[in-house]
Amino acid sequence: MSSYERIIAVVFALGLLLASALAANAQGANAQSYEAALAGFTKDSFNDTDDAINAVAASGSPLALQVIEALQDGRLLFTADKVFFTDQSGTLLDAASGKPPATAPTDAQPVRVNNRLRRTIEAALGALTLMSPDPAKRVEAAQAVFKSHEASALATLEAALAKESDGRVKRALSEAHAAVILFQDDAKEEDKLAAVTVVRDRADQDARGLLAGLPSGQSPAVQKAAADAIASIDNRLAMWSGVQNAWYGLSLGSVLLLAAIGLAITFGVMGVINMAHGEMVMLGAYTTFVVQEVIRQKAISLFIPFTDIGFRIPLPFDLSIDWSLPIAVPLAFLVSGFIGILIERGIIRFLYGRPLETLLATWGLSLILQQAVRTQFGPTNKDVSNPSWMSGAFELGGITITYNRLWIIVFTLAVFVALLGLLRFTRLGLEMRAVTQNRQMAAAMGIRTARIDALTFGLGSGIAGIAGVALSQIDNVSPNLGQGYIIDSFLVVVFGGVGNLWGTLVGAFSLGIANKFLEPYAGAVLGKIAILVLIILFIQKRPRGLFALKGRAVEA
Amino acid sequence: MTSSPLIRALDRGAVGFVLVLAAIGVLVPLLNLMLPPTSAWQVPTYLVALWGKYTCYAILALSIDLIWGYCGILSLGHGAFFALGGYAMGMYLMRQIGTRGVYANPILPDFMVFLNWPELPVYWYGFNHFAYAALMVVLVPGLLAFVFGWFAFRSRVTGVYLSIITQAMTFALTLAFFRNNFGFGGNNGLTDFKDILGFNVQAQSTRAALFAISVLALIIAFLICRTIVASKLGMVLVSIRDAGARTRFLGYRVENYKLLVFTLSACMAGVAGALYVPQVGIINPSEFAPGNSIEAVIWVAVGGRGTLIGAVIGAIAVNYGKTTFTSGTLAPYWLFVLGSLFVLVTLLLPRGIVGTWHHLWQKLRERRTAAANPQVAAQAEPTPKPAE
Repeated sequence: MSSYERIIAVVFALGLLLASALAANAQGANAQSYEAALAGFTKDSFNDTDDAINAVAASGSPLALQVIEALQDGRLLFTADKVFFTDQSGTLLDAASGKPPATAPTDAQPVRVNNRLRRTIEAALGALTLMSPDPAKRVEAAQAVFKSHEASALATLEAALAKESDGRVKRALSEAHAAVILFQDDAKEEDKLAAVTVVRDRADQDARGLLAGLPSGQSPAVQKAAADAIASIDNRLAMWSGVQNAWYGLSLGSVLLLAAIGLAITFGVMGVINMAHGEMVMLGAYTTFVVQEVIRQKAISLFIPFTDIGFRIPLPFDLSIDWSLPIAVPLAFLVSGFIGILIERGIIRFLYGRPLETLLATWGLSLILQQAVRTQFGPTNKDVSNPSWMSGAFELGGITITYNRLWIIVFTLAVFVALLGLLRFTRLGLEMRAVTQNRQMAAAMGIRTARIDALTFGLGSGIAGIAGVALSQIDNVSPNLGQGYIIDSFLVVVFGGVGNLWGTLVGAFSLGIANKFLEPYAGAVLGKIAILVLIILFIQKRPRGLFALKGRAVEA
Repeated sequence: MTSSPLIRALDRGAVGFVLVLAAIGVLVPLLNLMLPPTSAWQVPTYLVALWGKYTCYAILALSIDLIWGYCGILSLGHGAFFALGGYAMGMYLMRQIGTRGVYANPILPDFMVFLNWPELPVYWYGFNHFAYAALMVVLVPGLLAFVFGWFAFRSRVTGVYLSIITQAMTFALTLAFFRNNFGFGGNNGLTDFKDILGFNVQAQSTRAALFAISVLALIIAFLICRTIVASKLGMVLVSIRDAGARTRFLGYRVENYKLLVFTLSACMAGVAGALYVPQVGIINPSEFAPGNSIEAVIWVAVGGRGTLIGAVIGAIAVNYGKTTFTSGTLAPYWLFVLGSLFVLVTLLLPRGIVGTWHHLWQKLRERRTAAANPQVAAQAEPTPKPAE
């Protein structure tokens, strides 16, 4: 080792020594300031307590959090020269050391707090939890500071910010930091401008409120930056509320589409007015109810309709309620489709070419079906539960998306695509289209038109039944379920253009979205009325709907 | 022929029908008022009010038969015109309550006080005068029908499309009238009436008088309809029903004829509603419900559309059945009966009661003439079937 190196080593060692001494000194100073701060609690004056809280919080002592929480709960006691607190289990501890005292004090009384002090306590606790090991707690604390923008939290914030590594918490902390800076009178202008930028990027109602509530006396640059930021936040908020409305509209549109798509088949393709269409939807919903009831009771109850005479077959296996919908969808299709075929064979086939009579007869049927269900199941709403995969929600940007709405949109589109495929690629679809376009010619080609009529009507009704399964998840399952949809569905089909499934799709979604965008201005009911009036006017303008089949007929 | 349309309108059946109605209109109030309640012949007051209600329904059915039976316009929103007429009358009756309301406000009806309305809305002005209210009873439904029909018929919205948008219209009105801030009492509607023209609406004599007036209105409505259908206008209407395009090509302005008869029919429905309200003592938004309008159509179908007399008979028969069913132990089955009526009448009795009666009568006569004079029968043209 050369002398040169030795010198360096000595200097280095000295440096280390010095540094450790300084650190020890600093810790000692902290401990001293903590103990000095504690003394403030013994004065029994609100002002001194206030100072003491802030000093304790700023001291960085590991006991600070416990002490201030104890103060909040009235567990902090003081004697003439010492401070104690009881922990959760009721053991008395010395606040200075955190250990049980050698001799229990006899004259200890609780430190008194008032409302002003409670606020200070909360701010101090917020600042202290900024150091919590749990990231979620840290974010929560940062949000609390952001809202309170308490100046006393600044030091803790900066300390927390310096050692924070979690990106999400860091953002929350820097937002809180910016909020505090903005409310400090003596902060530098460029700091404030930077803070405005941070708050602007947060872009929610709270950020807007904070900027709008800035104390007066800001420099012109800051004022301008704040005003710009508010405008920018307003834009963002307006955009998200637009996205939100569009989402709700899509959701409503998918419900309308689901309800109308079966009608698009019976009314659009066959030209049959089926006023009992809503009841087919209702039957689908009740099928879901029955399936869930069977799963719940683990038994199939068979009974003679309108009586209580029957018997039970216990299910040999256990089934989760999550399976109810996959089971209910095909069942509902079969139930509603079968009843649809019965209606076609029993009533509607005698009324082809007399649409107004069909309308009246099927209205009568709808009354009968409603009353039958009411007699059998009772007039009250039935409890149909959401499967676990359909409950809950998630956040996407500024909007909340619930799983049941999302699933219904997906399901609706799936049904739509399946139906298009059926019409386009299957033999049944081909024959349906043939009968629609030219009944005599189709019959001449050997297509049994009567059978196709029955199957088409069954298909339309079955799809209504499937719609009922989906609607049972978001609507009340009662005998009146269908009535609420019948007028809307007819309007969707008429608006979209009769005989055109794509028209129905466009019609349903545009009505849904228009409805939701009108709602904020006009309210739900007036919005609906406005839509009805608009459709009535629209039908005057284009009596055959958006996508009318082109033809040269004088009268359809 | 030189005789006036009214004279031509009064064939034997019509005269007989008017005489029967007039007899009922005079006898029932007399039997109610003149005889002591103990007498077996005394008509109880509740029955007078009930039959007064049926009479109003019969006027509504007539108005539907005029446009559906003779012009082929199936309106599923006629209940809206009925209810609008009812609301106009209800507003007059509300203003007559005056300080006798719960809140004793001389100007504002109770529900407005309850909802903290500072003053009477402009559209309530004038309803304290009976003449103004009576004018509105006819004008408001007529105006709505005129505007609606002007749009609809001009762009040739026909058949089921028209039915659906009329239904949407009454649905929209239902929603509107259910709103509290619409100024018509929200879902409670207008009720708790005291006086009409200074007479107590609850009094036995007032009820008897209202019944007589309703029957008189029914007779007048019947005569108006009968005159129209027997006139040249009526012929054009029937040809529009049976072959709309051909009628247009012959040079008739189909939309104007439809608009005229649709508006007239709406005015009649409004009058029916106005007479209905003081007799039942309440008007609320459920009167606008689409189901009511469709139910009124089935009255006409049961009685026989395109017969006028059938509409009256159908309205009374179906509603009598409804009262009988819904007031007894059979109440849960009424909707089955009503629903079956819709199905069975359209399937098995498309002509309705009166239409089938006419049909059978005519066949019987043809057979008789055929037996007496085979040549004439062979030349006789088959009666044309109305287009649906």
